[in-house]
Amino acid sequence: MNLGLTNFILKTADDSFIVGHRNSEWTGFGPFMEEDIAFASMAQDKIGHAWELYKLIPAPNDQQNYAEWLAFQRPVSDFKVAHLAALPNEGYDFSLIRHFLFDHAEYLRYEMLLSSSFEPLSHLAKKIKGELKFHTMHAETFLFQLANGSVESKARMQAALNYTLPFALGLFETYEGEQEIINAGVFEGEEALKKKWIQRITALINEAGLTLPDLNTIEPVFGGRNGYPSEHLAPLLAEMREVIALDPNAEW
Amino acid sequence: MKSRENEINETLKNVFDPEIPMLSVIDLGMITAVKWDDKTITVSMIPTYAACPASGYIKKLILDALNASFPASTNDVLIDTTIHWDTNRISEFGKQRLKEARITPPPFVTAEVTREMLLGIACPVCNGTQTFLQMPFGYTLCRAIHFCKTCNQSFEQFKPLKIDS
Repeated sequence: MNLGLTNFILKTADDSFIVGHRNSEWTGFGPFMEEDIAFASMAQDKIGHAWELYKLIPAPNDQQNYAEWLAFQRPVSDFKVAHLAALPNEGYDFSLIRHFLFDHAEYLRYEMLLSSSFEPLSHLAKKIKGELKFHTMHAETFLFQLANGSVESKARMQAALNYTLPFALGLFETYEGEQEIINAGVFEGEEALKKKWIQRITALINEAGLTLPDLNTIEPVFGGRNGYPSEHLAPLLAEMREVIALDPNAEW
Repeated sequence: MKSRENEINETLKNVFDPEIPMLSVIDLGMITAVKWDDKTITVSMIPTYAACPASGYIKKLILDALNASFPASTNDVLIDTTIHWDTNRISEFGKQRLKEARITPPPFVTAEVTREMLLGIACPVCNGTQTFLQMPFGYTLCRAIHFCKTCNQSFEQFKPLKIDS
């Protein structure tokens, strides 16, 4: 598998894995029980999607349980995850906006992957896109309700949107080997995805009655795809790996 | 005398999903192929959701059932990676069983799942549509929770899931 394809699958999987874990942190802390369960369910889906993607990467020297190794033992510096994914949950306002911005990008990514020349990805895209539909519907439901709730809820959603956009634009950072992927017809590219995403979120944000700042004036937060991970990634992975770190060779 | 095919079918009809115990793996549409000869039986299955925690367990249940019914045969259960599951694969009998268990079955989805498919859906108890969605995610990945204003109580819906063909 060439470098571009490996990087593309890894970064897509890493985003799902880390956002999935952040979602799972709402378990027991949601604003009400239904949201607690919703974020826990989406976490389960997303970690499942990451798992399916990690399994597509061939194991070097037939290493056993390579997908698990990628998730739980790979060096932090080898992660390709966007800064958006690793940000701590903060409040429910930020978490919802991240969920809305991230899941629309992922939904469109898998929609584009339906026609990928790399068959395992086009095949997997069908399944993941169907499941993500519920994630974007959930995000929209609460975006619309809170943007049209009280003066405070609207102001908080707007503030969360303004805060999150630079990180969200960082999702579309290029990575080593991207041009090969585009040339080979595996994926149309991050720029193409970004255009579709802007179109989609602009319509929804306007419909919700929030204001989308001029995206041309926003500096995206890059680095995550190219070896400069978010400062929040290492502590997060350390927590996720607490058990396996006790005995990396334990049998389960 | 029953044919081998019927016997295998009967066995699979008695393997139930641990999270939806009223539905067999046949009714859920999880079985994609059954191959057999005098000495071996191979069943191909697909998981429902990508992250369904019960898939590995169901695979084991199927193998145990085959081994119990056909001890003289070499049996195997494979995960079919060529086909994806969606709710259109649930049998009519399965949908009836869901309704009896007070879970509204998913509609047959021709194009795409829409928000409307989760709104005002019929209550499995009174068939009334004075209902609202309480949460799109339920106690398992495949179910949503609704509330019926007529019965004044919650009920579950098996969520529609559509895979592009």
